[in-house]
Amino acid sequence: MKKTGSQILCESLINEGVDTMFGILGGVVIPFYDTLPQYPQLKHILVAHEQGGAHAAEGYARATGKVGVCIATSGPGATNLVTGIADAYMDSVPLVAITGQVARSLIGKDAFQEIDITGITLPITKHNYLVTDTTSLAGIVKEAFFLARTGRPGPVLIDIPKDVLTGLAEFNYPDHVSLPGYKPKVQGHPAQINKAAKLINDSKKPLIIAGRGAIISESYNELKQLAETAQIPVITTLLGISSFPESHILSYGWLGMHGMAYANLAVEECDVMIAIGMRFDDRVTGKISGFAPNAKIIHIDVDPAEIGKNVRVDIPIVGDIKPILQNLNKAIEKQDHMDWISRMDQLRKEHPSINIRDTDCIIPQYVIRQIYESTQGNAIVVTGVGQHQMWAAQHFWFDKPNSLITSGGLGTMGYGLPAAMGAKVACPDENVWCIDGDGSFQMNIQELGTIARENIGVKIAILNNGFLGMVRQWQELFYQRRYVATPLSCPDFVKVAEAYNIPGITVKNKIDVIPSIKTAMEAEGPFLLNFIVEPEENVYPMVPAGASLSEVLEEPVKKVRCK
Amino acid sequence: MLTTKHTLVAMVTDKPGVLNRAASLFRRRGFNIDSITVGHSELPHISRMTIVVIGNSAMVEQVRKQLEKLVDVIKVADVTGATTIIRELALIKVNATSTTRSEIMQIVDIFRAKIVDVSSDSLIIEATGDEDKLSSFYNMLRGFGIKELARTGCVAMIRGGAKSAAIDKESLKDIQ
Repeated sequence: MKKTGSQILCESLINEGVDTMFGILGGVVIPFYDTLPQYPQLKHILVAHEQGGAHAAEGYARATGKVGVCIATSGPGATNLVTGIADAYMDSVPLVAITGQVARSLIGKDAFQEIDITGITLPITKHNYLVTDTTSLAGIVKEAFFLARTGRPGPVLIDIPKDVLTGLAEFNYPDHVSLPGYKPKVQGHPAQINKAAKLINDSKKPLIIAGRGAIISESYNELKQLAETAQIPVITTLLGISSFPESHILSYGWLGMHGMAYANLAVEECDVMIAIGMRFDDRVTGKISGFAPNAKIIHIDVDPAEIGKNVRVDIPIVGDIKPILQNLNKAIEKQDHMDWISRMDQLRKEHPSINIRDTDCIIPQYVIRQIYESTQGNAIVVTGVGQHQMWAAQHFWFDKPNSLITSGGLGTMGYGLPAAMGAKVACPDENVWCIDGDGSFQMNIQELGTIARENIGVKIAILNNGFLGMVRQWQELFYQRRYVATPLSCPDFVKVAEAYNIPGITVKNKIDVIPSIKTAMEAEGPFLLNFIVEPEENVYPMVPAGASLSEVLEEPVKKVRCK
Repeated sequence: MLTTKHTLVAMVTDKPGVLNRAASLFRRRGFNIDSITVGHSELPHISRMTIVVIGNSAMVEQVRKQLEKLVDVIKVADVTGATTIIRELALIKVNATSTTRSEIMQIVDIFRAKIVDVSSDSLIIEATGDEDKLSSFYNMLRGFGIKELARTGCVAMIRGGAKSAAIDKESLKDIQ
């Protein structure tokens, strides 16, 4: 029996294990939405803005490792997805974005709400498709999910003209894909693994840098075994946080622009660097010529194009991280590296980096630490982008695998609320905390509506300093305190939440911080905490843009009083 | 590192937009492309691209890997070297009067080019060769006055029995 394109799409999604989609309908995708009631196993969450839908799908994908799905109509619906797709591309998040397109006969005619979304998303998708007939739809959906989740994950977009959705075709879901140009290399080369093992066994000051690849490949145990067997200190990238428990004796925080000073200084001193699933972003390396000057670099990554892209690599190993580490662990000798470990401990003692100073004011670092203490670290933390993001990464201690969801590569303000929403939908039994800034929060504040309607129990903590704080910090440090366009005038966030029937508390006194967090945790559904924090607090340590990691600035003695 | 010309051969699936994807990649990553050509290959539904890129070997290796990452690109090989035949075709419309015509014909003979059109005041010459040959041919004709020049960009093939960018035929069996 023939089926409509819409039915084929629904059944293909079910075949791919999709249970939840985030989207907004519009003219050309009505046929698809019209079919949805026939498939109750596909839950659709209506978001308030397509960007929120894309980030929610990202949050869902990052919390579960499954492919996130978002849907939008043609034209502005599709273009509103672009930021979320770009974000997923930068952070290797498996995402399938489905957009409606005008009917085939209208393509190229500048029809109402026609936009060339495959052209627009060409450089920010792993691959994309314009479906030209209903017969090919099932095969394309199969390929899209395969591409999104395998190898280095990423976003794939499927653009479907309206008359492809209404057209008829036989439905046979293909059991395999044929992509001769796509070879997600799985096994690392044994000779390279042996070379790496020899280098590690001969090293005096080895250092592991774990990136998001270690999380994507779920190599938590393998990473721990490697570190423990040869007593190798582990630092992570921002996106690698929670790949290795931060309370582990071999954990030395994370590196980069706002990473721990001791982690950055260790990079300078190490003689062998084992880079696992990371891509040497400029925020991680600082000035590239001064990066790891004394180290031979082993780079393990599933994407061959990452090898040698930014830094010279001595031993590349291309492939899936988990089996590579398993094989590497077989060839690693037991070591104690006593001198190196004690040097690392000394660096940490001399450059403590994340001490929270004692003050009567509410400083944002303190709030984050209290959320950590109150949840005992048993939470998934989702952040926006800015100062609060860095403080969350610094002052929450991430022991639970895959417990930080943050926009690293694209640095998308407004990511926090919708991504937290997606994570909570994916993991309803987890404590999901959205830690956001007042600037970042306002960029997708409309998703409070979605959270309220669906009763998604996200706990929201806004660190409200009345500024676009990270930019203000740069203005303070590098532009002689000329605060151009950084002071914000925020609405009363608690009143905004109340308008959506979401309860909230504004916290102005330090003594109220802990009780308010407890209140939020005890609330059944979503809850908003609006912390009025020190307005001119800066994020330290800081490696100024363009400087080497060794030129890290540490927190000066503070002079500000409570305001 | 030394900056030189490299010739890459890419085997790609014959799908709409594949040239666009490749070109977009070069633009976005700031790769300096000298020429790019696409046409049919010996395999059904597979096209062959020849890309001449200027850069040091590390950058060219990045071009190769980034190109190979595209889903529609099956295989990319750097065929730069002495064992590679590189050819380009040029059509040149040159001013030619009754006094200069025979001199031009001599130059055409020397370069083993071909006259494909004659009019009272011009000639169209078809020439093939590698880049250097076409450039020196062009320089020889310049004095007569060039009205038009059209060059195709290079195609390349390595000498001997081996394939320039061999692909596993088994992997193509489902392509239609």
